Amino acid sequence: MQAIETREQEMEQKEMAGTAPYLADFERFQRELPAGEPAALQALRRLAIESFAATGFPNNRQEEWRLTNVAPIVRETFHRATGDPNALDPERLAPFAFAAAARLVFVNGRYAASLSHVGDLPAGTVVSSLAEALASSPEKVVPYLGQLAAGLDQPFVALNTAFLHDGALVSVPRGAVIPGTIHLLYLGSPEDGRPTVSYPRNLIIAGENSQVTLVETYAGTGAYFTCAVTEMVAGPNAVVDHYKVQRESTEAFHMATFQIEGQRSSVPSSHSISIGGGLVRNDVNAVLNGEGIDCILNGLYLAEGRQHVDNHMRVEHAQPHCDSHELYKGILDGRARAVFNGLIHVHKGAQKTDAKQSNRNLLLSRDAIANSNPQLEIYADDVKCTHGSTVGQLDDDAVFYLRSRGIGAEAARSLLTYAFASDIVERIKVEPIRKDLEEFLFTRLPQGEVVRQAV
Amino acid sequence: MLQIKNLHASVEGAEILKGIDLDIKAGEVHAIMGPNGSGKSTLARVLAGQEDYTVSAGQVLFQGQDLLDMDPEERAREGVFMAFQYPVEIPGVSNTYFLKAALNAVRKHRGLPEMDALEFLTLVRKKMKLVQMEESLLNRPVNEGFSGGEKKRNEIFHMAVLEPRLGILDETDSGLDIDALRIVADGVNVLRQSDRAFLLITHYQRLLDYIVPDHVHVLVDGRIVRSGGKELALELEEKGYSWLEAAAAAQVGA
Repeated sequence: MQAIETREQEMEQKEMAGTAPYLADFERFQRELPAGEPAALQALRRLAIESFAATGFPNNRQEEWRLTNVAPIVRETFHRATGDPNALDPERLAPFAFAAAARLVFVNGRYAASLSHVGDLPAGTVVSSLAEALASSPEKVVPYLGQLAAGLDQPFVALNTAFLHDGALVSVPRGAVIPGTIHLLYLGSPEDGRPTVSYPRNLIIAGENSQVTLVETYAGTGAYFTCAVTEMVAGPNAVVDHYKVQRESTEAFHMATFQIEGQRSSVPSSHSISIGGGLVRNDVNAVLNGEGIDCILNGLYLAEGRQHVDNHMRVEHAQPHCDSHELYKGILDGRARAVFNGLIHVHKGAQKTDAKQSNRNLLLSRDAIANSNPQLEIYADDVKCTHGSTVGQLDDDAVFYLRSRGIGAEAARSLLTYAFASDIVERIKVEPIRKDLEEFLFTRLPQGEVVRQAV
Repeated sequence: MLQIKNLHASVEGAEILKGIDLDIKAGEVHAIMGPNGSGKSTLARVLAGQEDYTVSAGQVLFQGQDLLDMDPEERAREGVFMAFQYPVEIPGVSNTYFLKAALNAVRKHRGLPEMDALEFLTLVRKKMKLVQMEESLLNRPVNEGFSGGEKKRNEIFHMAVLEPRLGILDETDSGLDIDALRIVADGVNVLRQSDRAFLLITHYQRLLDYIVPDHVHVLVDGRIVRSGGKELALELEEKGYSWLEAAAAAQVGA
């Protein structure tokens, strides 16, 4: 009797954990998939949904999710979009598009070929939709999938992997240098008035000695849920600059994992700009899996109103002689809440590691909250690791200094807020992305026009 | 130009200024000297409008207007400038652009048109020469990574560009070597003119070798205990502050 009750309670909890609609949708999804897909891919998805079914959505009792409550996602009912992604009004791309070497557009997670273009790229370069690549040459793609973001114990990685089908594939052959920028643009929106869910899955492979710059932009309108995973390999000596601009609608949910693997002497960099979304979680995991890697992880997040943004960073120094430099800055207003959790894990034997981590938060209102939690785990003895985190307000002395030169109080505060963000802004090498972010800041700041004149 | 009457000011409940009277006319240079903790810098900061200080009594008229009633930015726009003892570093805001925003705010207030980029640059180049500032400091963020001397020169440079009616120098000489001191002093001397006044706050007499004041006041424990001409500074140099401190104590005790 007791046992039965317990099982019923467990069943109830599962129900409450909200997995049932996703499990049912998984079965529908299976029937929609093209016939003849590789068995390994099918097995991976099956493993992933089973993992998700077992763990359910995360809750606040789990350390990694202690400060981020996903109940609003669990409560909402989402549907995978069915409409023609190519039917999107091209005008909707205009605010986010720029002259790029290639641009792939995804509407609610599905590739829109007619809105995309791929220019002349070095021989052997592949920039395509993942779904197309899986259909035409699965043997080139499948071995990579799930190898990096193996973390099926992470519920949203598992969910994304279960619904793995479309997204971007970027493969740069050995020695190739991609001119310009590859732009991956994801637009979300409700469909027929119903909130949608999408599972973009991106795979980026930069071969030995190659160079490539990529931008992922996430934007949209209304209520929807983006559950994204990007896996990126920087091959030996490769220089890979990755930018992610998260400017989803404020009604949107964004749960994303970016998994980076650096190989010998590579220079992988990640710039995460998080300025949109209602409930946002960005996991960035970098595994430095060769000697001499120089890994840069920059981030800027802005939140206001009731926005919640959580950045979880994990850097694995698995090999000696690697540098990792992390700088994340946040500006919070209204009742916004930010979480930063940064772990640097120096493995045994990873001598001469040079790891820096810094998280700085600027609170513009009384009700904004920032939680910063830097962590070091060091199992080697000849290393240099530093971390620092601050949560503070604008410096009164600096405000007074500006005012004493004739600049109004609000303008002074706007200038100083802009200045706080500026070192991250200046590190953005893709000009249209930097300009867009500047423009966003000018618009957001109360005296943005003064700032515009002054910088 | 500036009339201070019975000014009392306190910070966190402690009274620092205990009744200051001072009258500064256009064209004059006044020096305020005094030992550490006498309230010299407090006076400068109260005049500039720093909000940490509470004025409990007294009045300050600037060009006939109630100065204490104005926000710091209004005072600046009306023509009060304070060169900071510890200029603030502002990463991310270039020195030039900061100055352009400040100058245009001041000009707007005075009913003058905003300066375009070319006019501004011409003006800035001219003023830089006054304090022998290197052009590279223009494009750097305000005071960031500047040496002590460069920061002080930058303050005088800002003053030269903003052309105030009243320039207050809060211990601008502190921490300067003799060459930097001379450059700063030359900058101030060039700006001396019949419709502009200066208030120099200093601990040492040596600044007054280079900027010769019309009046010297000695501040001890929040009160002006003696006023005189430039020769008073020399007397202080010779005798130190202790004889005046003793006199002030006796006065209070009496």
